Amino acid sequence: MSARVTFATAARVLHQLRNDRRTLVLLWGVPILLQALVKFVFWDQDPIFQRLGAPLLGVFPMTSMFLVTSVAMLRERTSGTLERLLTMPMAKLDLLVGYAIAFGLLAAIQATLAAAVAFGLLGLETGGPAWAVVLLAVLNAVLGMAMGLLLSAFAATEFQAVQFLPAFLLPQFLLCGLLGPRERMLPALEAVSNAMPMTYAYDALTRVARGDSLNGGLGFDVAVLAAVTALALALGAATLRRTSG
Amino acid sequence: MNEAVISIRDLHVARGGRPVLHGITLEVPPGMITGLLGPSGCGKTTLMRAVVGVQRITSGEVRVLGQRAGSPALRSRVGYVTQAPAVYEDLSVVENLRYFARVLGAPTGAAEATIATVGLEGAERQLARDLSGGQRARVSLATALLNRPEVLVLDEPTVGLDPVLRESLWATFHRLAAGGATLLVSSHVMDEAARCDRLVLMREGRILAEDTPPGILASTGAPDIERAFLALVRSHATEAAS
Ligand SMILES: Nc1ncnc2c1ncn2[C@@H]1O[C@H](COP(=O)(O)OP(=O)(O)OP(=O)(O)O)[C@@H](O)[C@H]1O
Ligand SMILES: [Mg+2]
Repeated sequence: MSARVTFATAARVLHQLRNDRRTLVLLWGVPILLQALVKFVFWDQDPIFQRLGAPLLGVFPMTSMFLVTSVAMLRERTSGTLERLLTMPMAKLDLLVGYAIAFGLLAAIQATLAAAVAFGLLGLETGGPAWAVVLLAVLNAVLGMAMGLLLSAFAATEFQAVQFLPAFLLPQFLLCGLLGPRERMLPALEAVSNAMPMTYAYDALTRVARGDSLNGGLGFDVAVLAAVTALALALGAATLRRTSG
Repeated sequence: MNEAVISIRDLHVARGGRPVLHGITLEVPPGMITGLLGPSGCGKTTLMRAVVGVQRITSGEVRVLGQRAGSPALRSRVGYVTQAPAVYEDLSVVENLRYFARVLGAPTGAAEATIATVGLEGAERQLARDLSGGQRARVSLATALLNRPEVLVLDEPTVGLDPVLRESLWATFHRLAAGGATLLVSSHVMDEAARCDRLVLMREGRILAEDTPPGILASTGAPDIERAFLALVRSHATEAAS
């Protein structure tokens, strides 16, 4: 691995997005809009907004980075630039870590903006500090990015890549506990949800919202999220083949 | 003649379950331009992919600069330009080249110098997606010239370019060869053959003939490469029939 190549790649990804202002506006603006929407949907039921606010702040970056990265990596594959890069002195990890840095940075901005609005204007209150929510949001974004990189290997077209969002992330969203307590689900569904990364993201965010310390459950959640990220990146690296048929 | 820069022995390649290269043996000499000519679908791109080490091969051996094709030590010494331009559509010309220059570890200023080499002055700030097909192909070509590699594998680099531009790119290729670089250039336009120092004529995954352009004309008695190619196809067909 080379720091020069890794940072050049991160800068390149950021340049690409800078040339695509509308994507940036959507990336940063939509979470704020959705947060406001949740606030106004539960206008006279503040406890519900208080329960959903922090988890949504943290889960949203996972979804958007998943989508953006899987399309970006698919383009990299179909445009021939990936093959070109792999004939150059570039380690696979240079590429993946470069992506992680670029999208991690974007997610940090995304989560900070959304958190500023949620805490500052919409009256969200949490037991734990706001920065912990933002930090978890960034971790989730990097996890979403890693899963997007991995899944893009299984998509041959952008249509397929976009369908991975409802196919792969929506079930996690339904089962993670946000819509209803997992203990009250059918045992089979609860077992499935135990194997889904978003479950741990949701759990971590509710614990931070409650004011838990890093000991116990929260620390475990964070460890799971980090481990799944590393696993997805490693599997993603394995899908980048220097030779093909 | 010095030792070959690219040396291929009995190379067999199958793509999509179908054999497409049937035992290619070829030596590419240093410091000159070798042209790879043959009709569409004959396996030029496949052979070039094997030389840069991105093609999965069935059997045989491909060595470049004394090393196995595609080995890590070759990655900064061999430049490859794919047939379809491989550039970032959402980056400008100069952003594309600066990025690849940093990946290749090319000296600063390489991007700007290479833009001039391929005649893209004035289009530096344009996004690649807003370029004409020929301009985009030249950005892709420029990428491979950034770090002055010892071996250049160029897959149809002058397709779709006007005669003036083609002239100037071929002059660039000759300058690079004179500077010691080894070039393998494919084309299915036979009139580019005369610009090469050596020719390899391919058909249906096999090599038909390999010589200097005058050598090929002399051995077939044909007035130009196109007719030499046809004569070679005919003589192979009669050989196969008898
Ligand atoms: N990805 C692929 N999967 C399966 N078969 C392929 C693939 N790419 C090429 N082929 C087949 O391999 C053979 C050789 O293709 P190749 O691209 O090497 O030809 P070529 O000489 O470069 O042609 P052209 O001048 O049109 O570029 C063709 O019959 C083609 O159909
Ligand atoms: Mg070809």
